[in-house]
Amino acid sequence: MTDLSDVFFLAISLVLSGNNDLLEIVALSLRVSLTAVGCAVLVGMPLGAAVGLGRFPGKNIIVLFFNAMMGIPPVVVGLFVYMMVSKSGPLGWLDILYTPTAMITAQFILITPIIASLTRQVIEDLHQHHAQQFRSLCVPRHVAILELLREGRTSLLTTAMAGLGRAMAEVGAVIIVGGNINHLTRVMTTAIALETSKGDLALALALGIVLLAMSLIINSAVMGLRNRAPSVIGTVS
Amino acid sequence: MKDVCLDVEGKRLIDRVSLTLFPETISLFMGPSGAGKSLLLRLLHGLLSPSRGSITWAGRVLDDRMRKRQAMVFQNPVMLNRSVLANLTFVLRLVDNNHPHVAMELLERVALRQHARQPAMELSGGERQRLAIAKALAVQPEVLFLDEAMSHLDPPSVTLIEELILQQQRQGIKVIMVSHDLGQIQRLADEIFFVHQGQLVEHAVAQTFFANPQSFPAQLFLQSQSWSKTFYQE
Repeated sequence: MTDLSDVFFLAISLVLSGNNDLLEIVALSLRVSLTAVGCAVLVGMPLGAAVGLGRFPGKNIIVLFFNAMMGIPPVVVGLFVYMMVSKSGPLGWLDILYTPTAMITAQFILITPIIASLTRQVIEDLHQHHAQQFRSLCVPRHVAILELLREGRTSLLTTAMAGLGRAMAEVGAVIIVGGNINHLTRVMTTAIALETSKGDLALALALGIVLLAMSLIINSAVMGLRNRAPSVIGTVS
Repeated sequence: MKDVCLDVEGKRLIDRVSLTLFPETISLFMGPSGAGKSLLLRLLHGLLSPSRGSITWAGRVLDDRMRKRQAMVFQNPVMLNRSVLANLTFVLRLVDNNHPHVAMELLERVALRQHARQPAMELSGGERQRLAIAKALAVQPEVLFLDEAMSHLDPPSVTLIEELILQQQRQGIKVIMVSHDLGQIQRLADEIFFVHQGQLVEHAVAQTFFANPQSFPAQLFLQSQSWSKTFYQE
């Protein structure tokens, strides 16, 4: 018990003292995950909106694919990206294996389906709700899309945050394509795994505390936004 | 509307309806629930396409250009998640008439000026419907559709909206509406289209219709309505 409490207090002191190694790892984690989420939002949201509003053959298959991809194991994504960007892979010439770029790519692949799928649902619900009114007013299609995105802004921000949460907590893919190299590709989750295996529980716990705090902040923000804004489709009296 | 049918999933919901509407009058569709009144309004406004038959306005097939000169108020008004004023300016922008004084004038007409900055979602049912009317008027329509737009509203809202409808009609706007309220129908309607099981079973001038309904479904409907009115009054 004494050991565990010592570890806990050491971890707290590491967090409070602003340990350089810890800060570096946290900063890289944020850089990788935020970049991946930014790219996933740029691709996933328009894609989700297009699928949500479109009527075309094979739409159900695409929806099914997005939904299936939401639950894909990170290690599978990691393996896929590894095979693509390793020296013998088709994208080996990019020379990004064991770099933050590879980690961003893996996280991007992991969270884009989540963002696309949730966006599709939000936009589809909103469209169903506003379709008759928009049609009656002859609202041009591009205006309708922009208005629906604006209407769903709170839900879409929640979607992005869900993606960020998933990216920050992910370990399987980034450890495969990043290699967990100190000062280069070590992020919070991979560092926790490594430090735990080495027996340096204090740093692992300190990182765990930071990760938990970030997760709490993200979830609080999501909850706050949800409570502040009315539900997407609960707008009819 | 000529020989119009509407089939949905193999079921005929509107059955060979033919009718002609004339400008500057209030035409009212009435009939029991599920008769197809709202479907007829949606067909006329082009929100639904007929499975058979044709719908023309002044001899021309309804297109977007023509529909821009029409407006529809739905039973459950749909609001954007923003202020009352922003909801109205959204429509005014669509018709290139987004001047602040126009929006405020319209809000004044529907007695919502003091609510301009309030979120539209916070309006009561009656206020929402008045905003929906303001949005419809913002289009400066030649034809105004009202689909049970005054159901479940408080009496002051109903009076205000009825007055607005009569004003529009006096300004030469064609009003086509669906209502269940016999008193309101008698106050507003110039002509009645009685719909029963997807068919137009009677068309008459309002006074004639109420004095002497010709079709059996219309007679039965009016009897049941007056019976329920007496029942609730007693």
